[in-house]
Formats: sequence, structure tokens, C-alpha cells
Amino acid sequence: MHDLIAITALGGSAPRVDRVADTTLTENPGIALASVAARMDQETTCRKHLKAVIGAVPGPGKVQLHDPEAGFWMGPDQWMVGAPFDTHEDLAAQLKARFGESASVTEQTDAWVCFDLRGDGMEAVMELLCNVNIRAMQTGDAQRTSIHHLGCFVLRRDPSDWVRILGPRASAGSLHHAILTAMKSAL
Amino acid sequence: MIINHPLLGPRDSAEFIYMGDAGLINRPDPETASGEEWYAYAYLRDNPAGEHRELWWHEGGDRSWLVVTRNTVTHEISKVEIARDVARAQGRSK
Repeated sequence: MHDLIAITALGGSAPRVDRVADTTLTENPGIALASVAARMDQETTCRKHLKAVIGAVPGPGKVQLHDPEAGFWMGPDQWMVGAPFDTHEDLAAQLKARFGESASVTEQTDAWVCFDLRGDGMEAVMELLCNVNIRAMQTGDAQRTSIHHLGCFVLRRDPSDWVRILGPRASAGSLHHAILTAMKSAL
Repeated sequence: MIINHPLLGPRDSAEFIYMGDAGLINRPDPETASGEEWYAYAYLRDNPAGEHRELWWHEGGDRSWLVVTRNTVTHEISKVEIARDVARAQGRSK
């Protein structure tokens, strides 16, 4: 039996935390993710299951903040569902068992790195980083955008001085560098 | 240039990538198409001065494919549709 030690997306043994002024950037390794894409002509059944899991079906540009499973809209008839990794490591299998033939479910946990950016300076940092109109976004809004040429999801959470950024895990270091550089220059 | 995404609202064109003439949706049926039809599909394009239907991919956004009707002379965009809806309306995606 191999004795392997788990590391985070940035390669550390503990999640990285950076603080600039009143704003904190935290690496968050505690999220399991799976994408759900409704199959053709089964959209109604898929939506029914999604509503049962996360409480509502998020429309375009929206995230449904809910415990333990939450979800956001990715595209027409496509959603990403997230849940705590500790309790839902097999999230994709759980969802597949529920959705059955109504949706294609794909494991996404190890495809993404998750950063939580939180504090008074969050809006100033996001303005520097990406195209989304962060000041117009409210709690429950979710947008996909490009940060540092990387396709990322930006979810505005509750309280609203908090955004969650999901970016490609293979570029976790570059994304972290971009966010931290923006924090240092904006704050 | 701003593209008014049907679901997400006005978005900067820098988020999009141009993917060619919207006629690419009309791929010939591989079971029955003749060489002539494939030739036309692959190589023949109109180059209108005026209204043009084209495919744009929202790469820096929700990754949807759009059919954008754009005036090639003025760059005015008169219509933006989700490509999937256009294809289904034409009876594709069966």
C-alpha cells in the first residue's frame, strides 16, 4: 500500500492563505464538483432532479447557494453542482444514481481550483482582474469570464464582500499569481 | 464592438471568437451527400457587403455558440441567436 500524502492544487500540504490590507485570498480544497448536462428531450426530468438536490434550478448567470449541495448555471441545460468534499467525495456517482438517464454527469472535482476572495477590497481587485461588472453583481450571481487568459467562474456569495473563483486546476499557480498581483496593486 | 448575448446580456466582443459563416450549421448528411455538396459546404462562401450571418463562440463566457447577424459594412449587429435554437428550428439535432 502506497503511503501518499494529499497536496492542494498549489502543491502545499495546507491551503494557502494570503492577506493584503483587509482582503483575504484563500485556497479552498474542500469542494467536490460534478457537472450535470440534461440529455435531449429529458430536460424536464433533469430539472426536477436538480431542484430536488439543490432546492431550485438556477437560471442564466445565477448560483443557487444551498447546503450541502449547491449549483450554478454553466450554459443552456448545463449546471455545475458542488458540495463539501469531506461528505461528498463521490458526488458524481451520487448524482448519476439520482439523475439516471436524464442527464450526463461528469466528475469535475480535480479539474478546478477554488479560491475564496473576501474583504472590503474584493470589488477593486475583481475590477482589475476581469471583464465582469462586479459592482452590478449581487449575492447569487454567477458569471464565467477570463482571468489572466484562463476561463474562470466567478460566484458572488453571501455576505456579498465574498466571491468564489473557480479556475482550471492545472493553471492554479498562474491564477493565484494573477489574483495576488491584482490584490497588491489594487489595495 | 458589443454582442448582445440572448441569455447573458451585452458582452464585449473580446470575449468571443469568430467561428465562420453560419452556413456551417447546414452540414450535408454523411450518408447521402455527394462530393459536390461536400465541396460546397467546405469551400464555397459568399462574401457579402451588407448583412451576414456568422457563428461566434463565447469562449471567455458561457461557451455558447451564437448566430450573429452583422452588417459587414457598418458592423451593426441586428440579431443574436443561440446556435442550438437555430439548428433545432431547422430540424437538425435529431
